[in-house]
Amino acid sequence: MSTAISHAEEVHTHAHDHEHEHHEPNFIQKYIFSEDHKTIAKQYLIMGILWAFIGGSLSIMFRLQLGFPEMQLEWLRPILGSWIDESGKIDKEFYLALVTMHGTIMVFFVLTAGLSGTFSNFLIPLQIGARDMASGFINMLSFWFFFLSSAIMFSSLFIETGPASGGWVIYPPLSALPQAMPGSGLGMTLWLTSMAFFIVSSLMGGINYICTIINLRTRGMTFTKMPLTIWSFFFTAILGLLSFPVLLSAALLLIFDRSFGTSFYLSEIYIQGQALPNVGGSAILYQHLFWFLGHPEVYIVLLPALGMTSEIIATNARKPIFGYRAMIGSLMGITVLAFIVWAHHMFVTGMNPFLGSVFMFLTLIIAVPSAVKAFNYITTLWKGNLIFTPAMLFSIGLVSLFISGGVTGIILGNSALDINLHDTYFVVAHFHLVMGSASFFGLMAGVYHWFPKMFGRMMNKTLGYIHFWATFVGVYAVFFPMHYTGIAGFPRRYYSFTALGNDGQNAFTDLNQFITVAAILTFSSQAIFFFNFVYSIFKGKKATENPWNSNTLEWTTPVDPGHGNWPGEIPAVYRWPYDYSKPGAESDFIPQHIPFSATPESNLPEENEEIAKEKAIESLLAAQNESYNR
Amino acid sequence: MNFLIGLLSIVFFILAISVIVKSMKINKNLSEAEDPNTAADSSNNINAYGMLAFWFFGTVAGVWSFNASAPDFLPEAASAHGITTDKMFWISMSVVTLAFFVTNTLLLFFAYRYRYNKNRKATFYPVNHKLELIWTVIPAVVMAILVFSGWRTWRDITSQAPSDAVVIEITGHQFGWYVRYGGTDDNQLGNYNYKLIDETNNIGIDFTDKHSFDDFTATELHLPKGKPVLLKIHAQDVLHSVYLPFHRVKMDAVPGMPTKFWFTPTVSTDEMRAKLGKKDFNFKLNCTEVCGRGHFGMAITVFVDEPADYKKWCAEQKPFLATNPAYLAKVPENLKAKAAKYIPAEPISVDSTATEAVSVN
Repeated sequence: MSTAISHAEEVHTHAHDHEHEHHEPNFIQKYIFSEDHKTIAKQYLIMGILWAFIGGSLSIMFRLQLGFPEMQLEWLRPILGSWIDESGKIDKEFYLALVTMHGTIMVFFVLTAGLSGTFSNFLIPLQIGARDMASGFINMLSFWFFFLSSAIMFSSLFIETGPASGGWVIYPPLSALPQAMPGSGLGMTLWLTSMAFFIVSSLMGGINYICTIINLRTRGMTFTKMPLTIWSFFFTAILGLLSFPVLLSAALLLIFDRSFGTSFYLSEIYIQGQALPNVGGSAILYQHLFWFLGHPEVYIVLLPALGMTSEIIATNARKPIFGYRAMIGSLMGITVLAFIVWAHHMFVTGMNPFLGSVFMFLTLIIAVPSAVKAFNYITTLWKGNLIFTPAMLFSIGLVSLFISGGVTGIILGNSALDINLHDTYFVVAHFHLVMGSASFFGLMAGVYHWFPKMFGRMMNKTLGYIHFWATFVGVYAVFFPMHYTGIAGFPRRYYSFTALGNDGQNAFTDLNQFITVAAILTFSSQAIFFFNFVYSIFKGKKATENPWNSNTLEWTTPVDPGHGNWPGEIPAVYRWPYDYSKPGAESDFIPQHIPFSATPESNLPEENEEIAKEKAIESLLAAQNESYNR
Repeated sequence: MNFLIGLLSIVFFILAISVIVKSMKINKNLSEAEDPNTAADSSNNINAYGMLAFWFFGTVAGVWSFNASAPDFLPEAASAHGITTDKMFWISMSVVTLAFFVTNTLLLFFAYRYRYNKNRKATFYPVNHKLELIWTVIPAVVMAILVFSGWRTWRDITSQAPSDAVVIEITGHQFGWYVRYGGTDDNQLGNYNYKLIDETNNIGIDFTDKHSFDDFTATELHLPKGKPVLLKIHAQDVLHSVYLPFHRVKMDAVPGMPTKFWFTPTVSTDEMRAKLGKKDFNFKLNCTEVCGRGHFGMAITVFVDEPADYKKWCAEQKPFLATNPAYLAKVPENLKAKAAKYIPAEPISVDSTATEAVSVN
């Protein structure tokens, strides 16, 4: 607490007393162990991008095996060493390691840390009008725990027995017994250690986001005037705060089973000619604990993307987001329901079928708020005046992918239909579209949209357009055909499909080749983004303060917001963030800090009543400054 | 091959667009400067047309690829419940495909239709409670109908197996399946215990249980057509999952927690071969829960026989005890006599017939 207060104090003096002695932070304080939320956000972003390239390249390796099972991969030996077997193919266990690490990296390190870590950190203080996070120190710790976790996970890729290989869900007993596969040895230990630190990082971040949103909103920024981005980060943080500890407990019990001879998940096991003494444990218990996080995790990944999309679509459609309150309501609905649908991942695990019925009902309810969101996005476009910035394109892409992947959730959420589709490529197609690709598109949209505020420069738009079209066409080309192999009953995590019999392996040869080639092209086209990103940081066109003519508070800061974000007073907020193209208004946008008294020509009748409250809002300035001084 | 040609055309399509974008941009720069008040640039219209093109080519590719892939989908279900779930799948699929198509069409069409035009102003349209209500209620009702039918089917599938069901035990291990039948005499599976597993008794059959004596094991799964079959599923080492794709059956095998699935096969192997026109067609049992190195190859062949053939096949199988008489030692004293009758007095009986034959001569 004292750290937080002294820090806030420092921010305050820093921001207000410019004649006061100006102790410039040194390089390490400024860029490495920084407590500034903007720097931490950039650190998360860069880590996320690096992880995305690692995670993506792993998927290309296993796609080569799936698309071209006969191909000689000898040329990969310099990188993979003995993971390329004598026949020049990817080792069968390493194939599983690739699948596992691809999932782990993408879900946790890219789409949780890279997305939420970047944009919650960057946007929360800027959009609610705060000088920094509630605790800059905890925020810094959060990043460095993530860094530590990343370093451990990364190192596990290089050990002799290989990284964890039991699937990203690491179901025991496979993950608990080193004799079951080499990846369950040291690789699994590193995985669990890394995830434990990851959870610590995520909790520190989440607590900070929640505290900041509740306590540090600027004067006038009531909850119903918050941008939908902030709402989504708020719910995301709550989801993470309540579900990640459950994963930690699942991981801890697994660590006990692995290292201390307990039997939480192990029972009646005979392996490698030996009957283990463990009895009474339940492998299903792990699955319940895992999915209690695992399902909310889907929304932890998705909600920030949806929130940013709301903001970007409204800005670039020059139109208020349709159904602002319904959007908040659906976010809230999704958040609550996310906690009570987890067992739909477990319909055929031997769980009591009655429980399956209950979870089927709950699961299909969650489709309703999701549908509401999709309809609201579409209506926001209706009669708008659409400006296709790269961010806008990625946002529209997100909505499309969210729908396309979401509708198959209705099929999979139906336990009777899930019997045949569970663990087939139909599931792979479903979650890669709705969660993987949609969230990735949200991440990209966010980068393109807030890049000017992050780095003070613009990204190249033309490269952005090419990147979007290549990626949009690409992800559909990769994941849409997987529905077909799923309907044909092809199980996921299969090294090859020879054992399906009846010539099954020849059924989709060309389709699998198509998917692989499409995946390589889509992955390669991310280089366009990488180049654009790096080049624009240093050489991009200089940005203006508010390049997209947007309403939210971050665009009232200088081009390169310094420590404390606003050089002067933090602006007050008088209106919601979506006053675009308001009838009667001169300009097609009215930012949140413009009082109604300044816009009599465009005020709606009920807004004229708000003018009376402006005095009260302004009078809070002293108290607000006081809170930073306390 | 067709898919690769399709892919190449997509690539060239993207390249073409990017070239057009570039040249438009050059043209535009020559003719007029960009509107400084908005972020809309000269490529705005191209991106808008791109949305239409994506809709068009996406629809064509979607329809074509579905038709091209359909012959490789799983054939009509070979089990009673599978026919129901298949029907439900395609009904649900039609509903969601319709929703998918309509919403994506609106999304892409609106993106095209309402592209930036400096002479137009966006309509300030923040809320409409009636609309919100409509699109909350419609999905809710559709979902309720789908869920309700799904729930009834699920309830039937997971109900108690009929008492006359043929009980078969499937045990998953790294990397294969053991199959055990209850035998032709008492038709009941004996107990098992994972601590009794050894190299020969690889299921761990417990011979202190008299029901074990006539149990026989198999390396392939034989099922009687038209009779309910109850699979009792175990795993020895890690999680596995029993998957009979043609019968739409899937259930995990969990160490320490027996699971089960009952169903009625409706098509015999021969009938399926005739139907598909594939003489060497066979039903399969695969593993669908990642279990290690050999996961993808963990399969056995499944034969669905006419009831009479099934009976005949069962009768041909020798009890485990008969092929491994050494396990008689594990049988408790009071049951030895009962067990001994499964130990073929081969040397004696074979010899006696031989001697008889000789003596007749």
